[in-house]
Amino acid sequence: MSTRARRRALQLTLAIPAAFLLVAPTLVVVPMSFTESPILSFPPKGFSTQWYEAVASSDAWQMATWHSLVIAVLSSMVATVLGTLTAFGLARGIFPGKSVAQAILLSPAIVPIVLIGIGTFFAYSRVGLVGTMAGLVIAHAALALPLVLITVTATIETIDPSIELAAANLGASPVRTFLQVTLPVIRPGVIAGALLAFVTSWDELVVSLFLTQPLLHTLPVEMWSSVREQLDPGVAAVSTLLVALSTVGLVMTFFLRLRQQRSA
Amino acid sequence: MVDQVVLTGHRPATSVGRPGLRRPRVNGWALLVLPGLIFTLIAFGWPLAEVLVRSFGGEGAAHNYSVTFTTPAYRSALVSTLLTSAAVTVSCLVIGYPYAYLMAMSRRTELLLALILLPIWTSFLVRTYAWQIWLQDTGVINTTLQKLGIIDDPLELIRNRLGVTIGMTGILLPFAILPLYTVMRRIDRELVRAAENLGARPSVAFRRVFVPLSLPGVYSAALLVFVLALGFYIAPAILGGTSSPTLSTVIVDKVQRELDFHTASAIGITLLAVAIVVLTLGSRVVRIRDVFGGGAP
Repeated sequence: MSTRARRRALQLTLAIPAAFLLVAPTLVVVPMSFTESPILSFPPKGFSTQWYEAVASSDAWQMATWHSLVIAVLSSMVATVLGTLTAFGLARGIFPGKSVAQAILLSPAIVPIVLIGIGTFFAYSRVGLVGTMAGLVIAHAALALPLVLITVTATIETIDPSIELAAANLGASPVRTFLQVTLPVIRPGVIAGALLAFVTSWDELVVSLFLTQPLLHTLPVEMWSSVREQLDPGVAAVSTLLVALSTVGLVMTFFLRLRQQRSA
Repeated sequence: MVDQVVLTGHRPATSVGRPGLRRPRVNGWALLVLPGLIFTLIAFGWPLAEVLVRSFGGEGAAHNYSVTFTTPAYRSALVSTLLTSAAVTVSCLVIGYPYAYLMAMSRRTELLLALILLPIWTSFLVRTYAWQIWLQDTGVINTTLQKLGIIDDPLELIRNRLGVTIGMTGILLPFAILPLYTVMRRIDRELVRAAENLGARPSVAFRRVFVPLSLPGVYSAALLVFVLALGFYIAPAILGGTSSPTLSTVIVDKVQRELDFHTASAIGITLLAVAIVVLTLGSRVVRIRDVFGGGAP
Protein backbone atom coordinates (compact mmCIF):
# COMPACT_ATOMS: atom_id res chain seq x y z
CA MET A 1 0.00 0.00 0.00
CA SER A 2 2.81 2.39 0.85
CA THR A 3 4.47 1.76 -2.50
CA ARG A 4 1.21 2.72 -4.19
CA ALA A 5 1.00 5.91 -2.15
CA ARG A 6 4.61 6.67 -2.97
CA ARG A 7 3.96 6.10 -6.66
CA ARG A 8 0.99 8.46 -6.49
CA ALA A 9 3.09 11.11 -4.76
CA LEU A 10 5.75 10.78 -7.46
CA GLN A 11 3.11 11.18 -10.18
CA LEU A 12 1.77 14.35 -8.55
CA THR A 13 5.23 15.84 -7.98
CA LEU A 14 6.35 15.31 -11.57
CA ALA A 15 3.17 16.99 -12.85
CA ILE A 16 3.76 20.17 -10.81
CA PRO A 17 6.03 21.94 -13.34
CA ALA A 18 3.39 21.59 -16.05
CA ALA A 19 0.60 22.76 -13.75
CA PHE A 20 2.70 25.77 -12.81
CA LEU A 21 3.48 26.69 -16.42
CA LEU A 22 -0.21 26.36 -17.31
CA VAL A 23 -1.70 28.39 -14.50
CA ALA A 24 0.80 30.81 -12.98
CA PRO A 25 1.24 33.19 -15.95
CA THR A 26 -2.46 33.75 -16.44
CA LEU A 27 -3.02 34.37 -12.74
CA VAL A 28 -0.20 36.89 -12.30
CA VAL A 29 -2.06 39.50 -14.34
CA VAL A 30 -4.90 39.60 -11.81
CA PRO A 31 -2.93 41.02 -8.82
CA MET A 32 -0.90 43.26 -11.14
CA SER A 33 -4.07 44.90 -12.46
CA PHE A 34 -5.01 46.20 -8.99
CA THR A 35 -1.70 47.95 -8.30
CA GLU A 36 -1.51 51.62 -7.27
CA SER A 37 1.85 52.01 -8.94
CA PRO A 38 1.97 53.63 -12.40
CA ILE A 39 4.61 51.18 -13.58
CA LEU A 40 4.33 47.48 -14.04
CA SER A 41 6.70 46.13 -11.38
CA PHE A 42 6.39 43.26 -8.97
CA PRO A 43 5.08 43.05 -6.29
CA PRO A 44 1.99 45.23 -6.89
CA LYS A 45 1.68 48.11 -4.41
CA GLY A 46 -1.54 48.75 -2.50
CA PHE A 47 -4.97 48.18 -3.97
CA SER A 48 -6.64 50.35 -6.56
CA THR A 49 -9.16 50.00 -9.33
CA GLN A 50 -7.73 53.04 -11.13
CA TRP A 51 -6.51 51.00 -14.11
CA TYR A 52 -9.96 49.56 -14.65
CA GLU A 53 -11.40 53.07 -14.49
CA ALA A 54 -8.76 54.30 -16.94
CA VAL A 55 -9.55 51.49 -19.38
CA ALA A 56 -13.33 51.86 -19.03
CA SER A 57 -13.20 55.60 -19.71
CA SER A 58 -10.77 55.37 -22.63
CA ASP A 59 -12.24 55.94 -26.08
CA ALA A 60 -9.47 53.90 -27.67
CA TRP A 61 -10.18 50.79 -25.61
CA GLN A 62 -13.94 51.17 -26.07
CA MET A 63 -13.72 51.52 -29.83
CA ALA A 64 -11.28 48.61 -30.06
CA THR A 65 -13.61 46.39 -28.04
CA TRP A 66 -16.56 47.34 -30.24
CA HIS A 67 -14.62 46.65 -33.44
CA SER A 68 -13.42 43.29 -32.13
CA LEU A 69 -16.92 42.29 -31.14
CA VAL A 70 -18.49 43.16 -34.52
CA ILE A 71 -15.69 41.50 -36.49
CA ALA A 72 -15.75 38.38 -34.31
CA VAL A 73 -19.54 37.99 -34.60
CA LEU A 74 -19.63 38.50 -38.38
CA SER A 75 -16.57 36.38 -39.18
CA SER A 76 -17.70 33.52 -36.94
CA MET A 77 -21.09 33.55 -38.69
CA VAL A 78 -19.43 33.34 -42.12
CA ALA A 79 -17.00 30.64 -40.96
CA THR A 80 -19.72 28.59 -39.25
CA VAL A 81 -22.10 28.54 -42.23
CA LEU A 82 -19.37 27.81 -44.78
CA GLY A 83 -17.56 25.37 -42.48
CA THR A 84 -20.71 23.36 -41.71
CA LEU A 85 -21.71 23.09 -45.39
CA THR A 86 -18.17 22.09 -46.32
CA ALA A 87 -18.03 19.49 -43.57
CA PHE A 88 -21.11 17.77 -45.04
CA GLY A 89 -19.72 18.08 -48.54
CA LEU A 90 -16.47 16.40 -47.53
CA ALA A 91 -18.08 13.78 -45.29
CA ARG A 92 -20.76 12.66 -47.77
CA GLY A 93 -19.83 14.07 -51.13
CA ILE A 94 -18.37 11.93 -53.85
CA PHE A 95 -16.25 13.83 -56.36
CA PRO A 96 -12.82 13.63 -57.96
CA GLY A 97 -10.03 15.55 -56.21
CA LYS A 98 -11.63 15.30 -52.77
CA SER A 99 -8.33 14.90 -50.92
CA VAL A 100 -6.94 17.97 -52.69
CA ALA A 101 -10.02 19.99 -51.72
CA GLN A 102 -9.63 18.81 -48.15
CA ALA A 103 -5.94 19.78 -48.07
CA ILE A 104 -6.74 23.25 -49.42
CA LEU A 105 -9.55 23.75 -46.90
CA LEU A 106 -7.37 22.74 -43.93
CA SER A 107 -4.20 24.54 -45.06
CA PRO A 108 -4.90 27.85 -43.25
CA ALA A 109 -4.35 25.93 -40.01
CA ILE A 110 -0.74 25.07 -40.79
CA VAL A 111 0.64 28.01 -42.80
CA PRO A 112 2.75 30.31 -40.57
CA ILE A 113 0.57 33.20 -39.49
CA VAL A 114 3.05 35.90 -40.50
CA LEU A 115 2.96 34.62 -44.07
CA ILE A 116 -0.84 34.87 -44.08
CA GLY A 117 -0.50 38.37 -42.61
CA ILE A 118 1.75 39.80 -45.32
CA GLY A 119 -0.08 37.92 -48.10
CA THR A 120 -3.42 39.27 -46.95
CA PHE A 121 -1.91 42.73 -46.83
CA PHE A 122 -0.56 42.42 -50.41
CA ALA A 123 -3.78 40.95 -51.83
CA TYR A 124 -6.38 42.98 -49.97
CA SER A 125 -4.60 46.27 -50.69
CA ARG A 126 -5.25 45.65 -54.40
CA VAL A 127 -9.01 45.76 -53.84
CA GLY A 128 -9.11 48.40 -51.11
CA LEU A 129 -9.88 46.00 -48.26
CA VAL A 130 -6.93 47.02 -46.07
CA GLY A 131 -8.05 49.14 -43.13
CA THR A 132 -11.68 48.10 -43.53
CA MET A 133 -14.02 46.07 -41.37
CA ALA A 134 -14.91 43.86 -44.36
CA GLY A 135 -11.26 42.95 -44.91
CA LEU A 136 -10.84 41.88 -41.28
CA VAL A 137 -14.09 39.87 -41.35
CA ILE A 138 -13.04 37.99 -44.51
CA ALA A 139 -9.49 37.30 -43.26
CA HIS A 140 -10.66 36.09 -39.84
CA ALA A 141 -13.38 33.90 -41.39
CA ALA A 142 -10.74 32.26 -43.61
CA LEU A 143 -8.60 31.50 -40.52
CA ALA A 144 -11.55 30.08 -38.58
CA LEU A 145 -13.11 27.97 -41.35
CA PRO A 146 -10.76 24.96 -40.90
CA LEU A 147 -11.47 24.92 -37.16
CA VAL A 148 -15.24 24.81 -37.75
CA LEU A 149 -14.70 22.17 -40.42
CA ILE A 150 -12.73 19.93 -38.04
CA THR A 151 -15.21 20.38 -35.18
CA VAL A 152 -18.34 19.76 -37.26
CA THR A 153 -16.80 16.82 -39.16
CA ALA A 154 -16.17 15.10 -35.83
CA THR A 155 -19.87 15.49 -34.99
CA ILE A 156 -21.12 14.30 -38.40
CA GLU A 157 -19.21 11.07 -37.89
CA THR A 158 -21.30 10.37 -34.78
CA ILE A 159 -24.69 10.63 -36.56
CA ASP A 160 -26.68 7.39 -36.39
CA PRO A 161 -27.57 6.68 -40.06
CA SER A 162 -30.81 4.93 -39.08
CA ILE A 163 -32.52 8.15 -37.92
CA GLU A 164 -32.05 9.78 -41.33
CA LEU A 165 -33.20 6.60 -43.02
CA ALA A 166 -36.26 6.57 -40.78
CA ALA A 167 -37.10 10.17 -41.70
CA ALA A 168 -36.73 9.36 -45.41
CA ASN A 169 -38.87 6.23 -45.06
CA LEU A 170 -41.57 8.28 -43.36
CA GLY A 171 -41.72 10.47 -46.42
CA ALA A 172 -39.53 13.47 -45.52
CA SER A 173 -37.74 15.09 -48.44
CA PRO A 174 -33.91 15.13 -48.30
CA VAL A 175 -33.95 18.88 -47.54
CA ARG A 176 -36.50 18.43 -44.75
CA THR A 177 -34.57 15.48 -43.33
CA PHE A 178 -31.44 17.60 -43.28
CA LEU A 179 -33.08 20.61 -41.61
CA GLN A 180 -35.30 18.79 -39.12
CA VAL A 181 -33.34 15.65 -38.28
CA THR A 182 -29.66 16.03 -39.14
CA LEU A 183 -29.07 19.64 -38.11
CA PRO A 184 -30.54 19.30 -34.58
CA VAL A 185 -28.32 16.27 -33.98
CA ILE A 186 -25.12 18.06 -34.92
CA ARG A 187 -26.10 21.37 -33.26
CA PRO A 188 -23.69 21.02 -30.29
CA GLY A 189 -20.81 20.55 -32.75
CA VAL A 190 -21.88 23.58 -34.80
CA ILE A 191 -22.15 25.74 -31.66
CA ALA A 192 -18.73 24.55 -30.49
CA GLY A 193 -17.31 25.39 -33.93
CA ALA A 194 -18.93 28.82 -33.84
CA LEU A 195 -17.45 29.54 -30.39
CA LEU A 196 -14.03 28.46 -31.62
CA ALA A 197 -14.40 30.73 -34.65
CA PHE A 198 -15.44 33.63 -32.43
CA VAL A 199 -12.42 33.17 -30.14
CA THR A 200 -10.10 32.85 -33.16
CA SER A 201 -11.20 36.25 -34.43
CA TRP A 202 -11.40 37.83 -30.97
CA ASP A 203 -7.75 36.87 -30.25
CA GLU A 204 -6.29 37.31 -33.71
CA LEU A 205 -3.36 39.71 -33.73
CA VAL A 206 -0.84 39.10 -36.50
CA VAL A 207 -3.08 39.32 -39.57
CA SER A 208 -4.98 42.19 -37.93
CA LEU A 209 -1.72 44.12 -37.47
CA PHE A 210 -1.47 44.30 -41.26
CA LEU A 211 -5.14 45.04 -41.94
CA THR A 212 -5.98 47.63 -39.28
CA GLN A 213 -5.40 51.37 -39.43
CA PRO A 214 -5.21 53.82 -36.50
CA LEU A 215 -8.96 54.47 -36.58
CA LEU A 216 -9.83 50.78 -36.81
CA HIS A 217 -7.93 49.02 -34.03
CA THR A 218 -9.13 45.70 -32.70
CA LEU A 219 -8.69 44.79 -29.03
CA PRO A 220 -5.55 42.67 -29.58
CA VAL A 221 -4.02 45.39 -31.79
CA GLU A 222 -4.75 48.02 -29.13
CA MET A 223 -3.20 45.74 -26.48
CA TRP A 224 -0.21 45.15 -28.71
CA SER A 225 0.56 48.83 -29.08
CA SER A 226 0.14 49.35 -25.32
CA VAL A 227 2.41 46.42 -24.49
CA ARG A 228 5.09 47.66 -26.87
CA GLU A 229 4.87 51.35 -26.09
CA GLN A 230 4.11 51.89 -22.43
CA LEU A 231 4.17 49.18 -19.81
CA ASP A 232 1.45 50.60 -17.60
CA PRO A 233 -0.85 48.26 -15.66
CA GLY A 234 -3.82 49.20 -17.87
CA VAL A 235 -3.02 46.22 -20.08
CA ALA A 236 -3.07 44.01 -16.97
CA ALA A 237 -6.62 45.23 -16.27
CA VAL A 238 -7.69 44.44 -19.84
CA SER A 239 -5.96 41.06 -19.61
CA THR A 240 -7.78 40.25 -16.37
CA LEU A 241 -11.10 41.06 -18.01
CA LEU A 242 -10.18 38.84 -20.96
CA VAL A 243 -9.17 35.97 -18.65
CA ALA A 244 -12.52 36.32 -16.90
CA LEU A 245 -14.27 36.23 -20.26
CA SER A 246 -12.41 33.10 -21.40
CA THR A 247 -13.32 31.42 -18.11
CA VAL A 248 -16.98 32.10 -18.90
CA GLY A 249 -16.49 30.69 -22.42
CA LEU A 250 -14.78 27.61 -21.01
CA VAL A 251 -17.60 26.98 -18.54
CA MET A 252 -20.12 27.41 -21.37
CA THR A 253 -18.45 24.80 -23.58
CA PHE A 254 -18.17 22.50 -20.58
CA PHE A 255 -21.95 22.55 -20.09
CA LEU A 256 -22.43 22.22 -23.84
CA ARG A 257 -20.36 19.05 -23.83
CA LEU A 258 -22.22 17.77 -20.78
CA ARG A 259 -25.54 18.25 -22.57
CA GLN A 260 -24.18 16.56 -25.65
CA GLN A 261 -23.06 13.56 -23.61
CA ARG A 262 -26.41 13.33 -21.88
CA SER A 263 -28.39 13.44 -25.13
CA ALA A 264 -26.09 10.89 -26.79
CA MET B 1 -18.97 2.47 -49.64
CA VAL B 2 -21.94 1.76 -51.93
CA ASP B 3 -23.62 -0.24 -49.19
CA GLN B 4 -23.19 2.62 -46.80
CA VAL B 5 -24.64 5.13 -49.26
CA VAL B 6 -27.72 2.95 -49.76
CA LEU B 7 -28.05 2.36 -46.03
CA THR B 8 -27.96 6.03 -45.13
CA GLY B 9 -30.52 6.87 -47.75
CA HIS B 10 -28.23 9.17 -49.67
CA ARG B 11 -28.60 7.09 -52.73
CA PRO B 12 -27.58 9.18 -55.72
CA ALA B 13 -30.33 9.59 -58.29
CA THR B 14 -28.19 8.12 -61.08
CA SER B 15 -28.10 4.69 -59.49
CA VAL B 16 -31.86 4.31 -59.20
CA GLY B 17 -33.03 1.29 -61.16
CA ARG B 18 -29.49 0.41 -62.16
CA PRO B 19 -28.26 -1.87 -59.40
CA GLY B 20 -25.24 -2.95 -61.41
CA LEU B 21 -23.76 0.57 -61.46
CA ARG B 22 -20.57 1.03 -59.42
CA ARG B 23 -20.18 4.14 -57.27
CA PRO B 24 -20.96 7.39 -59.12
CA ARG B 25 -18.27 9.93 -59.92
CA VAL B 26 -20.12 12.86 -58.41
CA ASN B 27 -23.11 13.17 -56.08
CA GLY B 28 -25.24 16.07 -54.83
CA TRP B 29 -23.45 16.46 -51.51
CA ALA B 30 -20.29 17.45 -53.39
CA LEU B 31 -21.90 20.81 -54.25
CA LEU B 32 -21.76 21.78 -50.57
CA VAL B 33 -17.97 21.91 -50.72
CA LEU B 34 -17.97 24.66 -53.33
CA PRO B 35 -18.83 27.78 -51.27
CA GLY B 36 -16.20 27.04 -48.62
CA LEU B 37 -13.61 26.01 -51.18
CA ILE B 38 -14.10 29.12 -53.32
CA PHE B 39 -14.03 31.32 -50.22
CA THR B 40 -10.79 29.73 -49.00
CA LEU B 41 -9.16 30.05 -52.41
CA ILE B 42 -9.99 33.76 -52.62
CA ALA B 43 -9.53 34.86 -49.00
CA PHE B 44 -6.50 32.67 -48.26
CA GLY B 45 -5.14 31.17 -51.49
CA TRP B 46 -4.89 34.48 -53.30
CA PRO B 47 -2.82 36.11 -50.50
CA LEU B 48 -0.43 33.14 -50.52
CA ALA B 49 -0.11 33.44 -54.30
CA GLU B 50 0.69 37.14 -53.90
CA VAL B 51 3.54 36.28 -51.53
CA LEU B 52 4.86 33.63 -53.92
CA VAL B 53 4.75 36.04 -56.87
CA ARG B 54 6.49 38.77 -54.88
CA SER B 55 9.23 36.36 -53.83
CA PHE B 56 10.05 36.05 -57.55
CA GLY B 57 9.77 39.79 -58.25
CA GLY B 58 12.08 42.76 -57.77
CA GLU B 59 15.56 41.72 -58.74
CA GLY B 60 14.39 38.17 -59.43
CA ALA B 61 13.86 34.95 -57.58
CA ALA B 62 17.54 33.98 -57.63
CA HIS B 63 18.50 37.23 -55.94
CA ASN B 64 15.70 37.19 -53.35
CA TYR B 65 16.30 33.62 -52.25
CA SER B 66 20.09 33.84 -52.29
CA VAL B 67 19.82 36.93 -50.09
CA THR B 68 17.71 34.83 -47.71
CA PHE B 69 20.36 32.16 -47.37
CA THR B 70 23.59 34.17 -47.66
CA THR B 71 22.89 37.22 -45.48
CA PRO B 72 24.30 36.31 -42.04
CA ALA B 73 21.42 38.01 -40.21
CA TYR B 74 18.76 35.97 -42.03
CA ARG B 75 20.74 32.77 -41.81
CA SER B 76 21.13 33.18 -38.07
CA ALA B 77 17.39 33.95 -37.82
CA LEU B 78 16.67 30.67 -39.62
CA VAL B 79 19.00 28.77 -37.29
CA SER B 80 17.52 30.58 -34.30
CA THR B 81 13.97 29.68 -35.39
CA LEU B 82 14.88 26.00 -35.74
CA LEU B 83 16.82 25.89 -32.45
CA THR B 84 14.08 27.67 -30.50
CA SER B 85 11.39 25.40 -31.96
CA ALA B 86 13.45 22.32 -31.11
CA ALA B 87 14.11 23.53 -27.56
CA VAL B 88 10.43 24.35 -27.05
CA THR B 89 9.39 20.93 -28.42
CA VAL B 90 11.76 19.05 -26.11
CA SER B 91 10.78 21.01 -23.01
CA CYS B 92 7.05 20.70 -23.80
CA LEU B 93 7.44 16.91 -24.07
CA VAL B 94 9.55 16.55 -20.93
CA ILE B 95 7.26 18.77 -18.83
CA GLY B 96 4.00 17.68 -20.44
CA TYR B 97 4.50 13.91 -20.36
CA PRO B 98 4.15 13.46 -16.56
CA TYR B 99 1.09 15.73 -16.57
CA ALA B 100 -0.60 13.76 -19.34
CA TYR B 101 0.32 10.55 -17.48
CA LEU B 102 -1.30 11.86 -14.31
CA MET B 103 -4.42 12.74 -16.31
CA ALA B 104 -4.56 9.28 -17.87
CA MET B 105 -4.17 7.60 -14.48
CA SER B 106 -6.74 9.76 -12.65
CA ARG B 107 -10.42 8.90 -12.46
CA ARG B 108 -11.55 12.51 -12.23
CA THR B 109 -9.80 14.50 -14.91
CA GLU B 110 -12.07 17.57 -14.99
CA LEU B 111 -9.77 19.86 -12.97
CA LEU B 112 -6.62 18.73 -14.80
CA LEU B 113 -8.39 19.24 -18.13
CA ALA B 114 -9.66 22.68 -17.10
CA LEU B 115 -6.07 23.74 -16.31
CA ILE B 116 -5.20 22.95 -19.95
CA LEU B 117 -8.29 24.45 -21.54
CA LEU B 118 -8.20 27.78 -19.71
CA PRO B 119 -4.89 28.80 -21.31
CA ILE B 120 -6.14 27.63 -24.73
CA TRP B 121 -9.12 29.92 -24.33
CA THR B 122 -6.98 32.83 -23.14
CA SER B 123 -5.37 34.84 -25.89
CA PHE B 124 -1.75 34.29 -26.90
CA LEU B 125 -1.13 37.97 -26.33
CA VAL B 126 -2.40 37.95 -22.74
CA ARG B 127 -0.31 34.90 -21.92
CA THR B 128 2.82 36.32 -23.54
CA TYR B 129 2.28 39.54 -21.63
CA ALA B 130 1.91 37.52 -18.42
CA TRP B 131 5.23 35.81 -19.12
CA GLN B 132 6.80 39.21 -19.53
CA ILE B 133 5.58 40.10 -16.01
CA TRP B 134 7.25 36.94 -14.70
CA LEU B 135 10.53 37.22 -16.55
CA GLN B 136 11.38 40.92 -16.84
CA ASP B 137 14.11 42.59 -14.75
CA THR B 138 11.57 43.95 -12.26
CA GLY B 139 9.39 40.86 -12.69
CA VAL B 140 8.23 38.18 -10.29
CA ILE B 141 11.24 35.87 -10.51
CA ASN B 142 13.98 38.48 -10.34
CA THR B 143 12.31 40.52 -7.59
CA THR B 144 11.74 37.43 -5.46
CA LEU B 145 15.30 36.15 -5.88
CA GLN B 146 16.70 39.59 -5.08
CA LYS B 147 14.54 39.95 -1.95
CA LEU B 148 15.74 36.53 -0.79
CA GLY B 149 19.32 37.70 -1.29
CA ILE B 150 20.15 34.91 -3.73
CA ILE B 151 21.15 37.28 -6.53
CA ASP B 152 22.28 40.91 -6.60
CA ASP B 153 21.63 41.82 -10.23
CA PRO B 154 18.60 40.63 -12.14
CA LEU B 155 19.08 37.48 -14.21
CA GLU B 156 18.74 37.93 -17.95
CA LEU B 157 15.55 35.98 -18.44
CA ILE B 158 14.09 38.13 -21.19
CA ARG B 159 15.19 39.73 -24.46
CA ASN B 160 17.02 36.52 -25.36
CA ARG B 161 16.37 32.99 -26.57
CA LEU B 162 15.92 31.74 -23.01
CA GLY B 163 12.96 34.05 -22.45
CA VAL B 164 11.38 33.10 -25.77
CA THR B 165 11.83 29.39 -25.02
CA ILE B 166 10.32 29.67 -21.52
CA GLY B 167 7.35 31.71 -22.73
CA MET B 168 6.66 29.54 -25.78
CA THR B 169 6.93 26.36 -23.69
CA GLY B 170 4.27 27.71 -21.36
CA ILE B 171 2.06 28.80 -24.24
CA LEU B 172 2.37 25.60 -26.31
CA LEU B 173 2.25 23.15 -23.40
CA PRO B 174 -1.51 22.42 -23.81
CA PHE B 175 -0.88 21.44 -27.44
CA ALA B 176 1.66 18.86 -26.24
CA ILE B 177 -0.42 17.51 -23.36
CA LEU B 178 -3.67 16.96 -25.31
CA PRO B 179 -2.28 14.54 -27.96
CA LEU B 180 -0.23 12.75 -25.26
CA TYR B 181 -3.32 12.34 -23.08
CA THR B 182 -5.49 11.17 -25.99
CA VAL B 183 -3.09 8.31 -26.71
CA MET B 184 -2.30 7.44 -23.07
CA ARG B 185 -5.99 7.23 -22.18
CA ARG B 186 -6.44 4.41 -24.68
CA ILE B 187 -3.52 2.34 -23.40
CA ASP B 188 -4.75 -0.84 -21.76
CA ARG B 189 -3.51 -0.63 -18.18
CA GLU B 190 -3.82 -4.40 -17.82
CA LEU B 191 -0.73 -4.71 -20.02
CA VAL B 192 1.38 -2.81 -17.50
CA ARG B 193 -0.13 -4.81 -14.66
CA ALA B 194 0.57 -8.05 -16.51
CA ALA B 195 4.23 -7.09 -16.87
CA GLU B 196 4.39 -6.39 -13.13
CA ASN B 197 2.69 -9.71 -12.32
CA LEU B 198 5.28 -11.46 -14.44
CA GLY B 199 7.98 -10.00 -12.21
CA ALA B 200 8.92 -6.68 -13.82
CA ARG B 201 9.63 -3.87 -11.38
CA PRO B 202 7.11 -0.99 -11.76
CA SER B 203 9.78 1.27 -13.29
CA VAL B 204 10.73 -1.43 -15.79
CA ALA B 205 7.09 -2.16 -16.65
CA PHE B 206 6.53 1.56 -17.21
CA ARG B 207 9.62 1.96 -19.38
CA ARG B 208 9.25 -1.23 -21.43
CA VAL B 209 5.46 -1.40 -21.79
CA PHE B 210 3.79 1.97 -21.18
CA VAL B 211 6.31 4.29 -22.81
CA PRO B 212 6.51 2.39 -26.13
CA LEU B 213 2.70 2.32 -26.32
CA SER B 214 2.58 6.08 -25.71
CA LEU B 215 5.04 6.89 -28.52
CA PRO B 216 2.33 7.73 -31.12
CA GLY B 217 1.21 10.49 -28.75
CA VAL B 218 4.78 11.70 -28.34
CA TYR B 219 5.23 11.93 -32.12
CA SER B 220 1.93 13.78 -32.60
CA ALA B 221 2.73 16.20 -29.79
CA ALA B 222 6.25 16.82 -31.08
CA LEU B 223 5.08 17.48 -34.64
CA LEU B 224 2.26 19.79 -33.56
CA VAL B 225 4.40 21.83 -31.15
CA PHE B 226 7.35 22.09 -33.55
CA VAL B 227 5.23 23.29 -36.49
CA LEU B 228 3.28 25.77 -34.34
CA ALA B 229 6.55 27.03 -32.83
CA LEU B 230 8.08 27.62 -36.28
CA GLY B 231 5.40 30.17 -37.11
CA PHE B 232 5.25 31.95 -33.75
CA TYR B 233 5.46 35.71 -33.92
CA ILE B 234 4.03 37.25 -30.74
CA ALA B 235 6.28 35.51 -28.20
CA PRO B 236 9.57 36.12 -30.05
CA ALA B 237 8.60 39.76 -30.66
CA ILE B 238 7.74 40.50 -27.01
CA LEU B 239 10.08 38.19 -25.10
CA GLY B 240 12.98 38.02 -27.54
CA GLY B 241 13.72 41.68 -28.07
CA THR B 242 16.04 42.54 -30.92
CA SER B 243 18.91 40.27 -29.95
CA SER B 244 17.57 36.96 -31.27
CA PRO B 245 15.16 37.55 -34.15
CA THR B 246 13.27 34.63 -35.68
CA LEU B 247 12.15 34.36 -39.30
CA SER B 248 8.70 35.64 -38.30
CA THR B 249 10.01 38.80 -36.65
CA VAL B 250 12.42 39.41 -39.53
CA ILE B 251 9.55 39.17 -42.05
CA VAL B 252 7.36 41.67 -40.19
CA ASP B 253 10.32 44.01 -39.77
CA LYS B 254 11.11 43.84 -43.50
CA VAL B 255 7.53 44.67 -44.48
CA GLN B 256 6.66 47.28 -41.88
CA ARG B 257 9.91 49.16 -41.49
CA GLU B 258 11.93 48.61 -44.65
CA LEU B 259 9.03 48.09 -47.08
CA ASP B 260 11.19 45.40 -48.68
CA PHE B 261 8.36 43.16 -49.86
CA HIS B 262 10.43 40.91 -52.12
CA THR B 263 12.95 39.76 -49.52
CA ALA B 264 10.18 39.45 -46.92
CA SER B 265 8.22 37.24 -49.31
CA ALA B 266 11.24 35.05 -50.08
CA ILE B 267 11.90 34.59 -46.35
CA GLY B 268 8.21 33.84 -45.81
CA ILE B 269 8.16 31.16 -48.51
CA THR B 270 11.33 29.69 -46.99
CA LEU B 271 9.57 29.48 -43.62
CA LEU B 272 6.57 27.79 -45.26
CA ALA B 273 8.89 25.36 -47.06
CA VAL B 274 10.52 24.41 -43.74
CA ALA B 275 7.08 23.81 -42.20
CA ILE B 276 6.01 21.66 -45.17
CA VAL B 277 9.22 19.60 -45.06
CA VAL B 278 8.72 18.99 -41.33
CA LEU B 279 5.07 18.01 -41.87
CA THR B 280 5.95 15.72 -44.77
CA LEU B 281 8.59 13.96 -42.69
CA GLY B 282 6.16 13.82 -39.79
CA SER B 283 3.35 12.38 -41.91
CA ARG B 284 5.39 9.19 -42.28
CA VAL B 285 4.95 8.61 -38.56
CA VAL B 286 1.58 10.16 -37.71
CA ARG B 287 -1.68 11.07 -39.46
CA ILE B 288 -1.61 14.81 -40.01
CA ARG B 289 -5.39 15.15 -39.74
CA ASP B 290 -5.32 13.56 -36.30
CA VAL B 291 -2.60 15.94 -35.14
CA PHE B 292 -4.37 19.13 -36.13
CA GLY B 293 -7.85 17.85 -35.34
CA GLY B 294 -6.83 16.76 -31.84
CA GLY B 295 -5.72 20.21 -30.76
CA ALA B 296 -9.20 21.68 -31.01
CA PRO B 297 -10.83 21.83 -27.57
